[in-house]
Order: sequence, then structure tokens, then C-alpha cells
Amino acid sequence: MSDAYTLYNKTVMDHFMNPRNMGDIKDADGVGEVGAAACGDIMKISLKIKEGRIEDARFKTFGCGSAIASSSMATELIKGRTIEEAFKFSNQEVVDALGGLPPVKIHCSVLAEEALKAALEDYVKKNPEAPLPATAS
Amino acid sequence: MNVFLDHQSATPLLPEVFEAMKPFFLEAFGNPSSLHQHGLRVRDALTKARRQMAQLINAESEEEIFFTSDGTESANLAVKGVAYANERKGKHLVVSATEHPSVINSVEFLEKQGWQCSRVPVDAFGRIKPSDVEAAITPQTTLVAVHHVNHDIGAIQPIAQIGRLTGEKGIPLYVDCESSAGWLPIDVQAMGANLVSFSPHRFYGPKGVGVLYRNRRARIVSILHGGVQEGGRRAGTENVPAIVGGGLAAEIAGAQMSQRAAHAARLQERLWDGLKSRIPYIKLNGPEPGPDRIPTNLNISTEFIEGEGQLLSLDIAGIAVASGSSCVSKSLKISHVLAAIGLDHALAQGNLILTLGKDNTEAEIDYVVDSFARIVTKLRAMSPMWDEFEKGIIDSVIAPTGRGKSFSAHAADVSGKRAH
Repeated sequence: MSDAYTLYNKTVMDHFMNPRNMGDIKDADGVGEVGAAACGDIMKISLKIKEGRIEDARFKTFGCGSAIASSSMATELIKGRTIEEAFKFSNQEVVDALGGLPPVKIHCSVLAEEALKAALEDYVKKNPEAPLPATAS
Repeated sequence: MNVFLDHQSATPLLPEVFEAMKPFFLEAFGNPSSLHQHGLRVRDALTKARRQMAQLINAESEEEIFFTSDGTESANLAVKGVAYANERKGKHLVVSATEHPSVINSVEFLEKQGWQCSRVPVDAFGRIKPSDVEAAITPQTTLVAVHHVNHDIGAIQPIAQIGRLTGEKGIPLYVDCESSAGWLPIDVQAMGANLVSFSPHRFYGPKGVGVLYRNRRARIVSILHGGVQEGGRRAGTENVPAIVGGGLAAEIAGAQMSQRAAHAARLQERLWDGLKSRIPYIKLNGPEPGPDRIPTNLNISTEFIEGEGQLLSLDIAGIAVASGSSCVSKSLKISHVLAAIGLDHALAQGNLILTLGKDNTEAEIDYVVDSFARIVTKLRAMSPMWDEFEKGIIDSVIAPTGRGKSFSAHAADVSGKRAH
């Protein structure tokens, strides 16, 4: 192991090397897959939603270290939130929780936000009877 | 284990080169432009280094060797210096599409000032066709610039053929030899080159010095304005210790070239054989190892995973490599070389550049193969593309199964925009 110098801070490197919530959810209630036109990265987030609350979140990412770390952190942050709260999720939360990203990599956190929102929208589409937050329509 | 496989970016200084440089920091600190003993002593040292550089590339005379600060400055001087000197003759330049950014961006700078430039395409292996160069030449052409060996994909170009036709037409030929000098024989006379650049830090010399060879058949003007150092072609005080060290590194590189190249070729074969036998859906970019490829370079694309993640994981395992993926570049663009060979965007994203050196060992190569196989498995488990490939939703570019859509089509579907 050589880690005297790292490209990203320790938190980002930790989430890259030991990603949380990596994988898919069988019988997911909502799945979102988005791509970044800027760089070509692709991110997929699956959600398990119970009684209007995110019970579980998983990710799969084709992308750089900060994209993997961003999706890992995003899934950590949104678990336990209500759908309404999750729809207000912002990429800045990911950036802050990771202790910052290089400017050129901020779009990785935006991709995580977009994947989450796409998964939420998928859930809303599949569950039209579910109580919708005002921001969802 | 620590393995350095990025010799394209830097090489460690030879201990004997370091020793040769030391006196020029402390006792022989004079400025070569000075007329006293201190100046004359280092002037002698520069002449010796010029001779050593001239010998490495079979230049007729050491007077054809100019010292600059690095390869980028040499390329800027070659391209802009020749363009400006011949402005009245014509304002058209011919370069290949896969030149180093120091050449491409110099040309783009000139285009903004009214020059026209033709970019000669390369084939799928990155090779330039001499007939394409010939077709691009116009009566206004004042410079043809091509590289000897490509910095990304290791393709060796048919320079002597290009040199014959530029020679017949009397157009100066600039050959960027940054990736080949010290590793492959360079004979500027046989090449028909009028300008050649190379840098000692690629062959165990110091950083901070570049070499530009220029013969009398290429008119050139200075692009740095100041004193009359380097025959008035490059103003500014010479980096004496680096020039002295670079000269010795060139002499040693010349003497050890065939052993170093043979060693690198053995490791190149071992590395590529190991990688392709252990990792499915992996592709070599550029020519197969052999006469068309420099023995120090492997450029690979591993499908369904991205290059920066591969690079970071290897770094943590102690293995230093480079990548042409868009995620690695500050501009978020894939390597223009990979774009020029028509590599699918998905494969360009999964790109790594591994460059061998004289001190790499077989045990290191085996460690790299093992480590990389493990890393690929880990990153593919994280990649939605691998999963979707296994489910038949997307297809492989490297070994198409006929099932599913292309990665690019899929990326466009999920991003709403076409991947570049």
C-alpha cells in the first residue's frame, strides 16, 4: 500500500476503496440510471421504499474515483429520508459530506443527485397512488 | 511492491549522471555567456553536451543542437520559429492528427493568427500514411511536423518515407522524438529531418532541459526575445547542470540502447500476454508489439470500467500508470490520440497507458498482472455496464455477442445526450 499522497482527500478515497451500499436491490421500488454527457460516466441508484421512506439505497457506477465515492456517499445520506425530503436532496450535501471535491469533479456529485432523483421519479411513476410531494410532479 | 510503469512521464536520474551534474551547482556555477574563467569552463561543458546530443541522433555537427527548457519549448520553437521565419513564403502547415499537445496547440495558436493547417489522419493503429502527408502539402506549406513515436499508443511512424518527400519538395520536416530518443535509434540524416526534439528526462537524465536539433535547411526565428544565447535562436541563461547531466544520459542511452530496448520488449510481451490471458474484454490500442511499436509502451482499454478508477486502484497497490480517460484530463476530454484512431468512447474511458523502463523486472510485471486482474474484477462488480452486459442489455465493443445495444447508444439514452 502506498498512500502517502492521494489524489482525493481521505474520505473520498475511503468511499472509493470501500464503497458503501454497492450493488443492486432485488425488487427495487425505484431505479434510476443517468449518464454525464460531460465525461461519459454512468450511475445507477436503486431504492427500497417503505411507507414513504427510503429503507435501502444501492448504487452501481461506471466512472472515476470521485463518481464512485459520490454515489457511495449519496446512498449513505438518503437512507431513512422520506420521499419528500429525498426530492430536495442536493449534490452539495454529497460534496460537504465528502469533505470537498476538486472543482473539475463537482459534476460527479451532480450525477449522484440526478441518479437519486431518477430513481425517485421511477418510484412515483410505478406508484401513482403513493402520496406525492409537491415538488415531484 | 512498488512498480513504476509511467516512464513516459519521467525516469529516475542515473547515479553517474547525478554525480556529473553536482560540480555545476557548486564550484562550476558560472554563466556560459561570461567571458572569464567561470564562464569559459561551463561553456566547454555545454559544448561537450552538445556533442553527446548530436551523437545520439547522428547530427552532422554539434552546432545544430540547441538547448531549451523542455520538450514543450522545443516544439513551440520548432513550429512557431519555422512558421514565422517563412511567413512570406506561405502560411500553411501540415501536422498529423496525433501530434503531442505542444505541437497541436502551437499550430492552433498560429491558426488564430491567420495560418492554415492540415491535420493528416491516422489509421486505426495510429499510423500516418506518407501519401496522405504528400496530398496535404500545398505550394504555401512551410513546415511538415510529424512524431517519430506516438506518446500515447507507441506507434512508430514511417519517418524516412515522409522525409524523402519533404526533402524532394524542399519543405522543412520537424520530427518530435520525445517518445523515442534514447530507446530507438534516431538518425536525423537518414530520416531526412530538419528539426528534431527530445528530452533527457525520458532516458534517465534530468528534467528542465530540452534539445532541439535544427540543420541549416530549416530557417528559424527565436520566439523568446533577449540575449544571444544558443546562437541567437533561444534567449535565456542555459540550465547548465541539467544540460551536462542530459549529455551524459544521452551518451549512456546510446551505448546501452539495444540492451535496454530488448529488456523492455521482453517485459512488454510478458505484460500484454499476462493481461490478455487473465482479463476478458481487454484491447491493445496501437500496433501489436513488434517492429511498428516502441517496446516501452502498452496502451490498453479494459471494457465496462473507467480508467481513473483503475489508475487510483493501481496506485494504492503501489503501481504507477497513466490514463487517457476523460476523467483523468482536466478538460474532461478523452485523449485526442484515442479519438483520432476512432476508438469507441466506452473504450477510451477505460484506457490505461503503461510505459516500461530499464529497471522493471519480470517479478514486477507478474505483480502488475495479478493486481490488475483483481482490480478489474472489483471495478466491474461496481459497474452497471458489466451487469447490463451480462444481462444482454448492452454489447461488448471488443468481442460483440450480437445481443443488446452499444454502450454509446445506452449512454446516450441515460444521459439524454450523445457521449463525445
